[in-house]
Amino acid sequence: MPQWLARVLGPGRPEVGCDECFALLDRYVELELAGDDAEASYPGMEAHLLGCPACGEEHELLLEYVRGQAG
Amino acid sequence: MRPATGSSAVTRTDTDRAGATHGRPDAHSRAWLSRLRSSGVERDRALAELHELLLGAARFALSRRSWQAGREGFDDLATQAADDALMAVLERLDDYRGESRFTTWAWKFAFYEACVAVRKRRWLSREVPVEAEGWEAVAGDAGPDAPVEQAEVLAALRQAADEVLTPHQRSVFVALALNEVPVDVLAERLGTSRGALYKTLHDARGRLRSALAVAGLGPSAWQRELRPRPAGRGRKR
Repeated sequence: MPQWLARVLGPGRPEVGCDECFALLDRYVELELAGDDAEASYPGMEAHLLGCPACGEEHELLLEYVRGQAG
Repeated sequence: MRPATGSSAVTRTDTDRAGATHGRPDAHSRAWLSRLRSSGVERDRALAELHELLLGAARFALSRRSWQAGREGFDDLATQAADDALMAVLERLDDYRGESRFTTWAWKFAFYEACVAVRKRRWLSREVPVEAEGWEAVAGDAGPDAPVEQAEVLAALRQAADEVLTPHQRSVFVALALNEVPVDVLAERLGTSRGALYKTLHDARGRLRSALAVAGLGPSAWQRELRPRPAGRGRKR
């Protein structure tokens, strides 16, 4: 699927909503940084982070920041 | 409108998730909770330290989003985001269950507030497109030399948006998916929440995917049929 169509149509997989994403974001990020399978623990997060630019941006920043603080 | 932790717009809640709790907070996090729930000088010091942590995260977010330190408004924006995040953290303190470190939990509020502030600042005085705008930009993304199948899909998608979406779904889809209006900006202007708007977008995307599938142009078709045609055979006209 071309990139423009994927962006417009979203991931097309079951996903959590924005509220649930926010509630889980801190735990999800720590699992990612620990090298655990965060998506297996919280299915639907990855799809939401792909489909929602706002939540995706906040995830990206939190992940980078926590990684930097740990390092 | 800040997302409400513990509720779900699309699927389920934390409490439905068996095995998702991860014990009590670690010692460092427990110390934060204890200090923030104390009184007097100890609590004041904890609040000041937490504000400093949140401010650091807010400044990081702004700088990553092209708001250079020293630029006019940078410090005000960062401080306001840290202030708002601190308020949110204190309001939600009882929601913290120790599933992550306290600082990671608190930082997400700072990133939320800083990102929302930047998005709103960038869209100040800008009209939000809600009518049939943005299709040209999408066609541009597809590119003038895109395979003919992409033009077919684009035409089918536009037709489906007219036919299968409700007026509200169409407006939200046009703004968020076609014109990339930040969801928080649209939520503020429509007097609703990020979660509610994303749910609308999610439903609209589902209808459009179904319509494309019925037309034989759905995502599964891309896997098997809509491959670029050999050179010289890709154009109908």
